[in-house]
Amino acid sequence: MPLKAKTRRDAMQDIAPRYHPQEASVEAHRCLYCFDAPCIMACPTGIDIPGFIKKIATGNLVGSARVILESNILGASCARVCPTEVLCEGACVMLDRDEKPIKIGRLQRYATDAFGEQKANPFLKKMKPNGKKVALVGGGPASLGCAAELVRLGYQTTVFEKDMEPGGLNRYGIAYYKMPPEVVQREVKLIRDLGVEFRTQTEVGKDVPVEKLRKEYDAVFLGVGLGRTHRLGIPGEEKGGVVEALEFIRLIHTKPLHEISVGKRVAVIGCGNTAIDAVTQAKRLGAKEAIILYRRGEENMSAYPYEYQLAKKDGCGFIFHTAPVEVLGDKRVTGLRMIRTRTGKDGKAEIVPGSEFEEPFDMVIKALGQEKQTSIWKKLIPELKFDVAGRIECDRRTGQTSVAKVFSGGDAVNGGREVVNAVADGKKAAHGIHAMLSGKPVSGPLQASRLGHRDGAKGSGFLQPIRVPDLEAAYNRERNGKLHG
Amino acid sequence: MADLSCNLAGIHSPNPFWVASGPPANTAYQCHRAFEAGWGGLVWKTIGEPIVNVSSRYSSLDLYGNRMVGLNNIELISDRSIETNFREIKECKKRWPQRAIIASLMADTRENWHEMMQRSLDSGADGVELNFGCPHGMCERGMGSAVGQNPDVMEKIVGWVMEVAQIPVIVKLTPNVADITRPARAAKKGGANAISLINTINSITQVNLDTMCAEPSVGGRSAHGGYCGPAVKPIALNMVHSCAMDPEVGLPISGIGGISNWKDAAEFIALGSTSVQVCTAIMHYGFRIVEDMIDGLNDFLDAKGMKSVNDLRGLAVQSVQKWETLDLHYKRMARIDYDKCIGCNLCYIACEDGAHQAIAMVSPNGQGLGPGRLPGKSIPKIKEEACVGCNLCALVCPVEKCITMVDISTGLDPMSWEEYQVRLASGKMKAIPAHD
Ligand SMILES: Cc1cc2nc3c(=O)[nH]c(=O)nc-3n(C[C@H](O)[C@H](O)[C@H](O)COP(=O)(O)OP(=O)(O)OC[C@H]3O[C@@H](n4cnc5c(N)ncnc54)[C@H](O)[C@@H]3O)c2cc1C
Ligand SMILES: Cc1cc2nc3c(=O)[nH]c(=O)nc-3n(C[C@H](O)[C@H](O)[C@H](O)COP(=O)(O)O)c2cc1C
Ligand code: SF4
Ligand code: SF4
Ligand code: SF4
Repeated sequence: MPLKAKTRRDAMQDIAPRYHPQEASVEAHRCLYCFDAPCIMACPTGIDIPGFIKKIATGNLVGSARVILESNILGASCARVCPTEVLCEGACVMLDRDEKPIKIGRLQRYATDAFGEQKANPFLKKMKPNGKKVALVGGGPASLGCAAELVRLGYQTTVFEKDMEPGGLNRYGIAYYKMPPEVVQREVKLIRDLGVEFRTQTEVGKDVPVEKLRKEYDAVFLGVGLGRTHRLGIPGEEKGGVVEALEFIRLIHTKPLHEISVGKRVAVIGCGNTAIDAVTQAKRLGAKEAIILYRRGEENMSAYPYEYQLAKKDGCGFIFHTAPVEVLGDKRVTGLRMIRTRTGKDGKAEIVPGSEFEEPFDMVIKALGQEKQTSIWKKLIPELKFDVAGRIECDRRTGQTSVAKVFSGGDAVNGGREVVNAVADGKKAAHGIHAMLSGKPVSGPLQASRLGHRDGAKGSGFLQPIRVPDLEAAYNRERNGKLHG
Repeated sequence: MADLSCNLAGIHSPNPFWVASGPPANTAYQCHRAFEAGWGGLVWKTIGEPIVNVSSRYSSLDLYGNRMVGLNNIELISDRSIETNFREIKECKKRWPQRAIIASLMADTRENWHEMMQRSLDSGADGVELNFGCPHGMCERGMGSAVGQNPDVMEKIVGWVMEVAQIPVIVKLTPNVADITRPARAAKKGGANAISLINTINSITQVNLDTMCAEPSVGGRSAHGGYCGPAVKPIALNMVHSCAMDPEVGLPISGIGGISNWKDAAEFIALGSTSVQVCTAIMHYGFRIVEDMIDGLNDFLDAKGMKSVNDLRGLAVQSVQKWETLDLHYKRMARIDYDKCIGCNLCYIACEDGAHQAIAMVSPNGQGLGPGRLPGKSIPKIKEEACVGCNLCALVCPVEKCITMVDISTGLDPMSWEEYQVRLASGKMKAIPAHD
């Protein structure tokens, strides 16, 4: 029995609500205002974090939001959806003092929320129009980051988006309890106000030929993201009640919450962050049981630990070392036939013969990751090169692809990371495009270390973002090496 | 974008934020860095016959986890040669013609003052600041606050300087006096063009209870130091206001003391300062803090519809008057917002033991759950007849806007202490009865 809308809305509410002014002030004052701060290095867009936090401490909220938006035009989204534990907050020096890191994400949200509500002009720096035009394919975070940067550099920019609204997965794919659609819509408005033109419901390659864009514009940016969810490849997959995770989440963002149908006993297949988002939302929307099925073990899951914790806290179930072999039922799913797996000698999952069993389910959500758009774009631009994993090949510093005047970034290039990585890619490509069209070499990082490049100061993460788990792994490797050597 | 440029007695700077004379203003290298960061002016570290400093020079007051709420130092004036200092001022002035560079000077004889003034002029400095305020080390030699504390001597020395002055002269005042307007008036009488205040306050920040030596310890012995940083701001504001209010002073003011951000600066300006100077906050966080000072002041002025920082200057000066002029019939009272109250009862105990016994603790029975998450907690309740409107409870309450002070109409016309005395004397009214 579906729950009433009110309780559903409660269940889907913000998991990290906005700070009260006093909370924000206390947290902002806790920040040490480090010089050449590690948190900046861990932010892919290189936001001057101590800078914006200091402004919260002095009560200069508009100035604070400006600092954020100058570096990251989707600062309001990122404040809510960034995995801060492995990014900025994971690098905070407080952790080295065995204290809680500064809640950078929530402070960022505080500043951008206050700003968004004041409807203040952010007075973002903008150069004079230079008469050149750039077309951006796709309206996701990568294109938005790129367009906002280009328009500020003086370019006329047009974004082509096949969907109803711009925003990409940030609009239709993020878990609702992290961010409702209004935040993205507000950001799109800000970008539109900066002068970026949007053509929605316009698919490049169908409604507009790519050749036309390449001819009429001085450069083209491909921010097309990834494609559909991978298929399970088992019998019965097309039965009613078997849905793709992305479709399920999209519904939550486009329909009133009380109109969304959720099964009583829901199976989610896969164990990445998307699977976690799907299973927690199914549970919060009223599923009696929502269970993740994963063919490998807990230690192999690719979801972030705190996402896993969230799902467990929500009461979701986990069945490890199990793979589906068939969807049962007539027209609609009534259950799954599954088989046990174990870790083979080569480290891969292998099936345990004769261990098949059946479990009843009335909804199955597929969350096996997204396909690449390789085949589509191979047809659209035959010269475009791809790497072995099907990602568009490009210079990671400038976004330049193998094709003249064509740049790219975001999920289509990195194979699927975070919103903030897509924004950073877009920004880099904007500077790559600017360098190409103005004949100047790519200039240095946008948020240079305040020491310049002297004295070993690393500066911002914009050029070389660090990821805390990678750092830790390197540190442990080194330490272990020393211990044994 | 408001106009932040300022003009202190003929010294022009693109914004009112100046680096104060001290360690951050010691060298050309620092001066370049300060101006790169955006500071509008810089008062060079005091130049005089080079001294010798001790090692171990600063100590601080840390408060509840906050470092360096107050800073104490036993450093002297510049330990670099007079030639080096003026050569560097010249070099900096050349590279930064639009920023203000002020040479801070300290000398003894009339000849030496004249010579220092000539050198300042030759270096291209926009003005000079006479350091009569250093509270340690220099007075023993008849300089620094030994001069600043003696208005007659100070007036004479300012007079010497003015004999040859061709650029604006600022006199920097020491706060280590009973009445700040006396040295300020002496500066005026001597002919100075402006005053700056405050220099550091005599202090001992702490005693190490293991070694029984005060900090900073120089090999087991300490000395009186000069106190500055956020902790001194209220004292500095008070002195700036006293000078701004005194018609016999009537000089432009450069405000100094505990300024760390744009809000502090705005308060100094509202109380009559034209420019402001910063030392400790730079020593804590570096020159970069000026970015938010400029940005924040700009946004503030825009929000208030002020076109220029000059519109802000002095706006709060008249709000501070003699106590005798305040209205004895004005009344306010504490009001608790029970939706916000968390039931810590700090207001109760503060009022009960530390003020006027005007808050009761009443049982929540019949009145709902009481404050906080736990049921059955007693409720703090203002006894309206007993509340004198002192503000203490609102000051201790840890929840923002939980206790507010509301105006209460007494229905009486305003009456100051002065008027009260007149009416009493003329028999027009009876004495207001004393409290029980
Ligand atoms: C379920 C899920 C949850 C996620 N949760 C988080 C999270 O919590 N935090 C986080 O940081 N990241 C999260 N991500 C990742 C994040 O959403 C992506 O990394 C990011 O959106 C990538 O941006 P993009 O611009 O590269 O691609 P997309 O966001 O995919 O945008 C691409 C856009 O291009 C359009 N398009 C494609 N082809 C064409 C064409 N031919 N013509 C016109 N338009 C076209 C698409 O319609 C789409 O709007 C999540 C991803 C998923 C799938
Ligand atoms: C270490 C130190 C050295 C100082 N040296 C001088 C000096 O040479 N000349 C001077 O006029 N003031 C000197 N001052 C005083 C400062 O200029 C300033 O008046 C005082 O510190 C108050 O401002 P603040 O609270 O911003 O630090 C010094 C202060 C400190 C902390
Ligand atoms: S590392 Fe932590 S304490 Fe330092 S500036 Fe960044 S958020 Fe503040
Ligand atoms: S701050 Fe610099 S000069 Fe002072 S003790 Fe530390 S290292 Fe030495
Ligand atoms: S001090 Fe404030 S929060 Fe605490 S009991 Fe009093 S009113 Fe309530």
